[in-house]
Amino acid sequence: MSNSASANRTVLGFWIYLMTDCVLFATLFATFAVMRGSTNGGADGAQLFDLPYVMVETLLLLTSSFVCGLAMIALQRGKKDTVIQLLFITFVLGAVFVGLEVNEFHKLAAEGNGWARSGFLSSYFTLVATHGLHICVGLLWLSVLAWQIMRKGLGGNTPKRLTLFSMFWHFLDVIWIFIFSVVYLWGGLV
Amino acid sequence: MSDHKQPLVSQFEPPHVSVRSYVIGFVSCLVLTIAAYVAAVSDSLSHDAAIAAIAALAVVQCVVQLRRFLHLGSEFKPRWKLAVFITMLTIVLIVVFGSLWIMNNLNYRMMQSPAEVNKYITEQDGL
Repeated sequence: MSNSASANRTVLGFWIYLMTDCVLFATLFATFAVMRGSTNGGADGAQLFDLPYVMVETLLLLTSSFVCGLAMIALQRGKKDTVIQLLFITFVLGAVFVGLEVNEFHKLAAEGNGWARSGFLSSYFTLVATHGLHICVGLLWLSVLAWQIMRKGLGGNTPKRLTLFSMFWHFLDVIWIFIFSVVYLWGGLV
Repeated sequence: MSDHKQPLVSQFEPPHVSVRSYVIGFVSCLVLTIAAYVAAVSDSLSHDAAIAAIAALAVVQCVVQLRRFLHLGSEFKPRWKLAVFITMLTIVLIVVFGSLWIMNNLNYRMMQSPAEVNKYITEQDGL
């Protein structure tokens, strides 16, 4: 089998993994939708969520996804330094996103609205933190990938690896659209 | 890539990957995100209208990102990625709407007293 056909199979296999991950997120979204009103007498989304803050997170992740796409284009043009610079920007934006999210969780927990406070907050923390955990794994993957590119250049398996990473990263932004819309915008409606 | 015949899946390099396509995708997503935010915080929309607007904008943005960033729909036949995607979408819709349906129904049936049922019917169903 040629290299290209085997790479195609890997890409399809990874795509199937992403689709099963969608099903995982769907169960968490369904739980959140059911639990949205179960605040156990505590604060609801409209009182807890800081929408401008979440908007900043959303724009960071969207820009990170876009810059990752630009890195794919730089890869096709064979510009190693540009690829590394763009991946670095992707990483920084993603890391700031995680930092903001951890800060948000910490603030909620410190105010007594931790994951154990109500069914609503349990489902909220589970859903959003599962996405955040995916982002953290993505950041780790990205660091290893960037290190490999610095050491070995753009040949060999690099195009395949970067393609898989960009799929993962874009996919996480697609999931975030729904977290932003369902959890924060819908959940934050009065 | 080679001209080698590939019976299972399409070309490894996704076609139509250009800076222009990514910029169009990015700018549309920015506009859609801001529109959804405005729909949620503005007072001019009713509760139901705001929910409808947020849902519609999320679906549109999802389609834009799948098309522009994940290149769904630009592969050659047979379209395995699309087939897997549609299967996933079916399962997701069943899981999400099925859960909401069942849980709302349970909520309705698990009420303790006839008075509570009457109160629920008057308040929730708008009868």
